[in-house]
Amino acid sequence: MATFMSLAEAVSSNLFDGDTAAFEGFTHLIPHAAAHEAIRQGRRDLTLVRMTPDIVYDQMIGMGMARKLVFSYAGNPGVGLLRRLRDAVENGWPHPVEIEEHSHAAMANAYEAGAAGLPCAVFRGYKGASLARVNPNIRSVTCPFTGEELAAVPSIRPDVTFIHAQKANRRGDVLIEGIIGIQKEAVLAARRAVVTVEEVVEDFAGVHPNACVLPHWTVKAIAVVPGGAHPSYAHGYYARDNRSYLEWDAIAADREAFTAWMKQNVLDKDADVFAGRVAALRAAR
Amino acid sequence: MTGFTSDEMMTIAAARALKNDDVCFVGIGAPSAACNVARLTHAPDITLIYESGTIGTAPEVLPLSIGDGELCETAVTTVSVPEMFRYWLQGGRISVGFLGAAQLDRFGNINTTVIGDYHQPKVRLPGGGGAPEIASSCGEIFITMKQSKRGLVDKIDFFTSFGHGEGGHARERLGLRTKGPTLLITDLAIWKPDPETKEFTVTSLHPGVTREAVQETCGWQVRFAAGLTETPAPTALELDTLRALKARTAAAHGGQEVA
Repeated sequence: MATFMSLAEAVSSNLFDGDTAAFEGFTHLIPHAAAHEAIRQGRRDLTLVRMTPDIVYDQMIGMGMARKLVFSYAGNPGVGLLRRLRDAVENGWPHPVEIEEHSHAAMANAYEAGAAGLPCAVFRGYKGASLARVNPNIRSVTCPFTGEELAAVPSIRPDVTFIHAQKANRRGDVLIEGIIGIQKEAVLAARRAVVTVEEVVEDFAGVHPNACVLPHWTVKAIAVVPGGAHPSYAHGYYARDNRSYLEWDAIAADREAFTAWMKQNVLDKDADVFAGRVAALRAAR
Repeated sequence: MTGFTSDEMMTIAAARALKNDDVCFVGIGAPSAACNVARLTHAPDITLIYESGTIGTAPEVLPLSIGDGELCETAVTTVSVPEMFRYWLQGGRISVGFLGAAQLDRFGNINTTVIGDYHQPKVRLPGGGGAPEIASSCGEIFITMKQSKRGLVDKIDFFTSFGHGEGGHARERLGLRTKGPTLLITDLAIWKPDPETKEFTVTSLHPGVTREAVQETCGWQVRFAAGLTETPAPTALELDTLRALKARTAAAHGGQEVA
């Protein structure tokens, strides 16, 4: 049952050391504010799951929060590589990170299987792909009806999923619009779900009957954080801050520059800064 | 028509390969420019699909990422990521997958995962994303990339996406029923797989390009087709369309280069 609370409380009561955590968003609606709160609370030993770990996972890995990363594409979209992740994988800084790498199709299927309460996902994939040789969680099953060999991966069942969405209504139902990505499956696959939203409205009157709505009883906690996806975007609210993604490349290239940036922009701040960060991007949406 | 760059020739040659009735899964970067030039010239009804779930999108500017808002705003419909990969890609509804590559071998196998050993990589690249299943589930695969000895290599370090394996009937042996890579468009030439060996063979050189230039920027011994032709130079319409698209993109993204 969704309870409205501060972001700090939503994170502290749902994310614990050693958890398997998904902060999902497929380019759109990435829960940056929630991740920054997790960084401030100094959680450790996390298994971080996400199809497209971009700069927010780069930040969490660089801050030493992750024991393991489960992913299918680790890049800075439109810019290039994730330099903190690379430093962890190639040089073990600040400590080594175990990686479990999949394809998008595999992870999308694995989240869906998690939401469906299944132990594994079955799909047609990984044919001839080297990932199947380096990731022991990529296996195969034979179709009992046709004999076709199909790929199988374990379902994803996070301890906690964090997402950002446009709206909640007063009851705590959550509305997601635009590129909806994997968020619904990531929430339903998780034991606990925390949602940050742009705003709270009275009800969802006038919303299309087939809209992507997560009923209030599928969510543990809701925190209102306007701008909480920045530098990602919120369809209908503000545009993507492409400049920040570009600037991240230089910040993340250097350990000292990274550490200083994190102190100034994350550790010494709170969730209230996000509204200001998107002010100029609202007109450009 | 004179005065075009090799990059422009590559994008335009790639755009020409797409048909008006294609349903095309678009990779980010060079493929995205080519697919949108096709849509804005000879293939106005082409269905462009990005892996963020946007089906039938028609962006005014090139997206910086596969999930830019404009892709959704101009799409016929936007579906969830599991639906994208299950119903539309795995379901066999996509005729062409258009991919780029960090490393490519002569049989169209692609590496975008690591340079060096997987467990002790020299360079950790972003990884495959949607590519492994795009490569196996789309009707056929077009690849576009600039030529260099670092890019076109004798042996790739990791099979992110399977092309024709070691050549010949490798796809059939794996149970793949799709065609795999059927076309490679670089900044210097158009390549097609040999019908028997499946090795990429140069079938057309772009205007002004020599065989030597193609060989110097390729890590394997290049084969040239018997009936080698010259790629027609870009038309004024093609060039104007591409340049206007790039200019709109630069203006919209504050001068930020599209990767």
